Order: sequence, then C-alpha cells, then structure tokens
Amino acid sequence: MHELSIATAVVNTACKHADGRPVAVVSMRVGALRGVVPDSLRFYFEIVARDTVCEGAVLDLTELDLELRCGDCGCRWSPDLPIFRCRACGGADVAIESGEELEVDYIEVSEQEAQCIGPR
Amino acid sequence: MHRTKVRIVEDALDANNTIARANRDDFDRHRVSVVNLMSAPGAGKTTLLERALATPLDGVRVGVLEGDVQGSFDSDRLASLHIPVTQLNTDPGFGGECHLDANMVRSALPALPLDEIDLLVIENVGNLVCPAEFRVGEDARAMVCSVTEGEDKPLKYPLMFRTCELVVVNKIDLLPHLEFDLDKFLYHLDQVHPGVERMLVSARTGEGVGAWRDWLSAVAARETALA
Repeated sequence: MHELSIATAVVNTACKHADGRPVAVVSMRVGALRGVVPDSLRFYFEIVARDTVCEGAVLDLTELDLELRCGDCGCRWSPDLPIFRCRACGGADVAIESGEELEVDYIEVSEQEAQCIGPR
Repeated sequence: MHRTKVRIVEDALDANNTIARANRDDFDRHRVSVVNLMSAPGAGKTTLLERALATPLDGVRVGVLEGDVQGSFDSDRLASLHIPVTQLNTDPGFGGECHLDANMVRSALPALPLDEIDLLVIENVGNLVCPAEFRVGEDARAMVCSVTEGEDKPLKYPLMFRTCELVVVNKIDLLPHLEFDLDKFLYHLDQVHPGVERMLVSARTGEGVGAWRDWLSAVAARETALA
C-alpha cells in the first residue's frame, strides 16, 4: 500500500516532466530509511503507468544505504538497524548523509508526439 | 526517434508537499495550530482525545478532523464532547487510501470551522507506514504507541518514530498483565529518535492525560506566539 502511493506520485512526477513525450525509463534514488520494497514499487508502477505516457517504461531504482555521521566525534558509519545514536561515542547529534532519498532522478523520453494524461 | 534524458532530481512527494504548504498557509491565516496524530490501528488515538477533551482546554478551542478509510465510528464517539468534529473518509465507497494526504485535507477545509478553533487535531488513518510519508500542513506530528504493540516497534517503523516530536505511550494500566518490557521499548525509542519527547499515559484510567493536555495547549500557543 505504501508502494502504491509512491508509485502514483512517481508516475505523476514523470508525466509532468515528460511534456507529452513517451517515457522509456524512470530513474529513481531510494534511501533505505524509506522502507520501499523495490519489487512491490515496480509492480505498482507498471499498473499506475497504464494509459499514461509512462506505460511500459522501465523503473530503474538505485537503492542507497543509510549512512550516518556523528556531529560530536565525526564518526561515519552505515548501521544495519535504524539506530541513530553514534556507535562510537553514543552522541545524539547524528546527521543522515544518505538513506532518506525518495526522488525521481531523471527520465528518458522518446522524441515524438504524444499526449500526457495522468494516472487513473 | 531518439531518446532524450530529462534531469528531474525532485522529491517524488513534492506535489503533496506543495499542497501541504498551501494548507499550512490557510491554517496560519486563521491562526489555527495543527497536530497530525498518528498510530497503528487500535493504539487509542480516539480514546486519548475523548479523555483529554472531556473538559475544555484552558483558553484553547479545539476541533478534530477524523480521518478514516470508511465510516464515522470515531466522530460519533467524539460527538458527545460538543466540539467541532469533521469526518474525512479516504474513500466514499469501499477500500480507500490507508493514510491522509495533503489533498484530502485540503478538500475538507471548507467544512472546518477555522475561525472558531485555535487547535485542530487531525486524527490520521491507523497505520505506521504511509502517514509518515505524507505531510498534510501540520505544525506538529505526534504518535500514540500502546504497550500491547511490542518493544521492537521503533526499530520496525523508524520513519514514523523519527518524524514525530512526541510519542505517547498508551495503555500503561495494562503493564502488570503483559510481558511488555517498557525499559526496552524506551531504549529502542531513544536509539531510533534520540531525545524525543515521550509521555506514559492510560487513556482508560486517565493517568498521564494531564501531560497530554498540556502538550496540546503548548502546541496551540505556538501559533499565538507567532501571530
């Protein structure tokens, strides 16, 4: 269900930028913290894309690990579990360097006439 | 026919966030503070509101927007409080969305008496996953987690536990009857969201509900402070 909402948002974003041209590839960056199941997202993407310029497009996902950096001691690490206390000093001033992304990076469109319609 | 690469680099939920900002502007214009209240199904959001609002908050007029997939069971329960309660169903038919998004809340704005309230509590659909992704125009996000849910929940739903500035731990009256290890839960919570504000309550007995009322009043005061 999470992936359905995201797939709908991704198709809308791609359609907006496709400007009516058929979309061949939608490339996304997805951080580990977003809890997205790639196969599930591809499944819903295919369904939501039907009857839009994204129909038949390949959804290309780049998965990014959670990477943290401690503001107190500078330690950088990639935790297996979503634990946000510094593993070296126990500090709470921990910044997420990567792992929160949920962005459409780019699309590849075919240059020919077509009309964009939103997902149903 | 050739292919062109179009760089986008845009948050997939950007469209939702834009509408959420428009909602926020409307709430600000009416000087209404907004709390997005989230939890798993059955954690006790409605009971907690019933308990907290049985007596009016000092100087704070509260309204509730009830988000449910279907039905008006929760808003019916709140009707006896004599405060404005608006029902928002995510699907008028059968099988709607599992969360509220900014556009759904926007569609409910005309039905909300924004000039008659200072604080709007939006009770989201019970779900620990999707509601965390969708901003609706709130000033503060709070969640309820009950002690019947298991100590590992913060580790399983980190996005939800990290996005909330307050975690209300409910049903503590049941602790003597459960194997729930409260210290372990609070330890996991601190690992996932270090330093997050938390309170221990029982919506059933009323224990700790005063702190929850105080927190709601404090959120309402934020808007006044800005005005």
